[in-house]
Amino acid sequence: MAELYETSDVTRERIRKYLEQGKRFDGRKTDEFREITIESGVSKNAEGSVRVKIGKTEVLVGVKMDVTEPYADSANKGNLMVTAEFLPLSSQRFESGPPKFNSIEVGRVIDRIVRESKFIELEKLCIKEGEKVWSIFIDIYSINDDGNLLDAAGIGAIAALRTARIPKYDEETGKAVHGEWTGKNIPLTKEIPLSITLHRIGNTIIVDPTREEEDVSEVRVTIGASESYISSMQKGDEKALKIKEINEMIDLSEKLYKKILLKIEKFTK
Amino acid sequence: MAKKDSFERPDGRKLDETREMKAKVGIIPNADGSAMFSFGDTIAIAAVYGPKKMHPQHLQDSEKGTLRCTYNMLSFSVTERIKPGPSRRSMEISKITEWALSPVVMIGQFPNTVVDVHINIIQANASTRCAGINAAAMALAHAGIPMKDMVSSVSIGKLDKTLVVDVSKAEEDWEEGEGATDIPMSFTHNGELTHLQLDGKIKREQLKEAIEMARKASMKVYEVQKKALEEVKG
Repeated sequence: MAELYETSDVTRERIRKYLEQGKRFDGRKTDEFREITIESGVSKNAEGSVRVKIGKTEVLVGVKMDVTEPYADSANKGNLMVTAEFLPLSSQRFESGPPKFNSIEVGRVIDRIVRESKFIELEKLCIKEGEKVWSIFIDIYSINDDGNLLDAAGIGAIAALRTARIPKYDEETGKAVHGEWTGKNIPLTKEIPLSITLHRIGNTIIVDPTREEEDVSEVRVTIGASESYISSMQKGDEKALKIKEINEMIDLSEKLYKKILLKIEKFTK
Repeated sequence: MAKKDSFERPDGRKLDETREMKAKVGIIPNADGSAMFSFGDTIAIAAVYGPKKMHPQHLQDSEKGTLRCTYNMLSFSVTERIKPGPSRRSMEISKITEWALSPVVMIGQFPNTVVDVHINIIQANASTRCAGINAAAMALAHAGIPMKDMVSSVSIGKLDKTLVVDVSKAEEDWEEGEGATDIPMSFTHNGELTHLQLDGKIKREQLKEAIEMARKASMKVYEVQKKALEEVKG
């Protein structure tokens, strides 16, 4: 593959050497996230929208809603659709054109974190069973890629949902009134699911990699975690993991969940 | 975690029992390697072509060979017809399959080439990606692609609170109690984890138990794969 903007071999080697001593270029501990900021109201026209930054990584996440037909197998539930697009403006590595696998994967992984945790009470978004339900579209865009777009997208999806208001519904036409809102929020459960991605480099497990660190990552596991449960998981990349390592990641996710929640607490209240 | 002996699976299987596994090697004469693997009504076939020159050229890797897996469900393999062609789901499973197999496939010495693995699901009753990975691993071995180990895949389900091996469709749709959690996993024979996905809700300690259970079940899958491969040796 043409990896023109790859991290150089010298840098890769140094990242590995540093990690052998538990050190990172930016001085963080292996299990330490960069600073996280969340800012809401990116677009007035969205039902909900946020900007999430983790260090220099930045994503925009918006929620739009519309009235649609339910799926046959969930006649009394609202629909959820999550897509992610890696914009060419956010990195030299991303090109225009049909979606590539990496962005498709982010959309699908975040979809499952939101869906499987049952964070959205989709059954409360039914307007008329079998005929009309609210559909929630969560769209994720990368603005600057300095690694860990996945967890930024996960935090963004949750935060955007929490700020979203439901549009007005016109009983006569059976359609949503776009641009007018009821003032009601999307019904959500209290427990917040988070995307926590762990990477293994050499014998070290790290979280929240920078772009360079992510390039050196041999294998990653994304865990959709809440405090006491795991509701989705996906192992990515081409290396195998020892059972001991995956167990360590499962344990780490519990500790990290609490830490990240603290970091974003002031934004989620 | 207390196992409820009273728990009854829809098809009467024991908790750690897979559906009947069948495997056959050499089912597609044109292919360099091919295999079928089934868990009960879930039937996957796989064919390997290559190593061959990678086209288009810009996808060539001048340092090593490329493993390219394509997972596809036939439109009539499920009760409600699937639109033919790739979907987001099938693209993801294709990649997951590549990642599951890459740790054992040694194609480093074949630069600029591709080993194509085509997986098709003929009939689906859940756990299709696991059946596909099992068939693909066998097809790769049959094609004589250098491998340092076998890969064996199986799903673990948590139905309400109980862990079961090899999830069927009826179990995947389990709604009682805590519902269903589906955890497909793949292991090398050596016991390394090459693939894991999870959808549902499970406590961390029970998840570790599920991984152990899958590891044990993967050994049984391995025996079936090995036997089928031995049958073609002679």
